[in-house]
Amino acid sequence: MNVLVYIDLQLGRPRKNAAELLTYAHKMAAGGAVTALVLGPCSEDLVQLGDFGAQRVLHLSAPELASFDGLVYGKLLAEAVAFSQSDALLLAFDHSGKAIAPVAAAKLKAGLVAGAVGLPQGNLFPVKAFSGKALAKVRVLTAQWIIALTPNSIPAERNSCPAAVEAWTPTSIPVSKIQVIAKHKNDSDIPLPEAERVVSGGRGLKGPENWGLIEELAHELGAATACSRPVSDIGWRPHHEHVGQTGITIRPNLYIAAGISGAIQHLAGVNSSKTIVVINSDAEAPFFKAADYGVVGDAFEVLPKLTQAIKKFKAEQA
Amino acid sequence: MNILVCIAKAPDTTTKIKFSPSANALDGNGVTWIVNPSDEWYALVRALELKEAAGQGKVSIVTVGPAEDDSIIRKALAVGADEAFRINMQPDCAASVAAQIAAWIHQQPFDFILTGKETIDYNGSVMGGLLAAELDLPYIPLIEKLTVQSGCATLSRDIGGGTEEVQVQGPFVASATKGLAEQRIPNMRGIMAARTKPIHVVEPQPLESTVQYLDFALPAEKGACKMIDPDNMDELVRLLHSEAKAL
Ligand SMILES: Cc1cc2nc3c(=O)[nH]c(=O)nc-3n(C[C@H](O)[C@H](O)[C@H](O)COP(=O)(O)OP(=O)(O)OC[C@H]3O[C@@H](n4cnc5c(N)ncnc54)[C@H](O)[C@@H]3O)c2cc1C
Ligand SMILES: Nc1ncnc2c1ncn2[C@@H]1O[C@H](COP(=O)(O)O)[C@@H](O)[C@H]1O
Repeated sequence: MNVLVYIDLQLGRPRKNAAELLTYAHKMAAGGAVTALVLGPCSEDLVQLGDFGAQRVLHLSAPELASFDGLVYGKLLAEAVAFSQSDALLLAFDHSGKAIAPVAAAKLKAGLVAGAVGLPQGNLFPVKAFSGKALAKVRVLTAQWIIALTPNSIPAERNSCPAAVEAWTPTSIPVSKIQVIAKHKNDSDIPLPEAERVVSGGRGLKGPENWGLIEELAHELGAATACSRPVSDIGWRPHHEHVGQTGITIRPNLYIAAGISGAIQHLAGVNSSKTIVVINSDAEAPFFKAADYGVVGDAFEVLPKLTQAIKKFKAEQA
Repeated sequence: MNILVCIAKAPDTTTKIKFSPSANALDGNGVTWIVNPSDEWYALVRALELKEAAGQGKVSIVTVGPAEDDSIIRKALAVGADEAFRINMQPDCAASVAAQIAAWIHQQPFDFILTGKETIDYNGSVMGGLLAAELDLPYIPLIEKLTVQSGCATLSRDIGGGTEEVQVQGPFVASATKGLAEQRIPNMRGIMAARTKPIHVVEPQPLESTVQYLDFALPAEKGACKMIDPDNMDELVRLLHSEAKAL
């Protein structure tokens, strides 16, 4: 089958998840054509997308695409699917993908898999449901498929092939009705849903002034920071750090939780993490049941020790 | 100001999930149903605040669901919505929900439409985008702020790693996330008033499904948790490196 992959840009460069998406597309295509589509001004040589299996790269660098509108991008993707004669469209189930995928699906009248977590068997895609409390399969009933892939679902693999980069001209670029008036960047550089490692704090940390302990460990690990719901409700941490059933669902390789009890609603958002470390002074805290490694101790003592141990480990590895 | 809020039914967040014998759906026995949190806490409450600030207008809610969903709809009416519409069918996926709502809205335009960030059962977070595309309206996902002045809306949205402030003239669809409003607990007066507010039943259009959910299952149980001495963090780092391959 032929697969079109939408590669999202961040500050004019392909996002890190491009490698994962192309690997997935290469496997799904099983010998069919893999075409990458890039929208907006880009400062990097797109030939590099060939490293992970893109055979052809379509690039539309119209300046009006510098500001994002899911309706405009979705319509362009729908046209690019037809242009590249693709059977499936693959994109990330992240902030932009969640805005673009439904538009492309509605325009193409194609079945949409929202949040695939692995490769398909035929037209059956694995997904998570009930905020990670359950697994399910989604069967796509239409001829064309739109697949939105949850970040960190499969490891990226190199599949070097010489990619042909072409400028792509759609019949027209839809005019956006959304006008961007300001942009603010968060303090942390790593968006939580895409982070491979996350360090998270709960009410056990007693107050926002103690978050340095979380941030120092996160810094050593190259991790993003997160928190439990009450912590963001009281305003100790910004809303976008709230993970759980009513916050963000994450599935990093490593989740370290300090001073979080492990309520069912919290677990729902983090229990798909590959490895979970729990630091809690209460040996009976429910979170230990969901953890791989547990440390019963005072977060104020354990966190600095762990940060030191990571520093030492990094020095030894170097 | 004439605002529409899309409301979904969801199992209470403490629900122990089990499935029907065919594993094609949630086993609803003994499940307590709630209004999907982000729809009620953020989308609906912000719509009410905007109507109150304007001193006029109407907040309508719409649900695609069977008759048993009326009890959930009454909860949303108790929070303060003026009237409700129920499109009478068992929803099977976000795309059919969006197509049904879009077909109905064509005869019933609104100034703007709010949805929640995502349902806590299917976690698709795509219904709003599908609806916007069906109606060919701008879609602004994950909004944390919304103000409206003489037909022009200013919204602040989460873009992952930051926020973006945007303006839109005319109708739009937006999905509501944390920060947009504070949850309101309905009072006795609200609950009494909700009993007599209208729930209009709308018959669905014949439309075909594009996807099907099946084979629901619970994830494998975690093995026992390895306990590490709090004075031996080198050991934890060693295990994270050599055993878990997380470092
Ligand atoms: C509808 C609904 C939706 C919800 N959604 C979410 C959600 O999405 N995400 C979420 O997180 N919660 C959610 N909750 C809230 C959830 O039920 C819990 O109340 C919340 O997760 C508890 O946060 P916490 O663990 O930080 O605080 P607490 O429950 O107060 O736990 C603090 C923990 O810190 C430990 N501790 C104290 N001092 C120390 C110390 N010095 N060192 C180490 N450990 C220490 C304690 O032993 C305790 O286990 C929701 C609740 C409802 C009703
Ligand atoms: N059956 C439904 N009826 C009305 N609105 C719905 C329904 N299902 C989902 N929605 C709305 O669409 C949003 C996103 O849903 P989802 O795409 O399933 O995550 C929800 O927060 C609701 O606002």
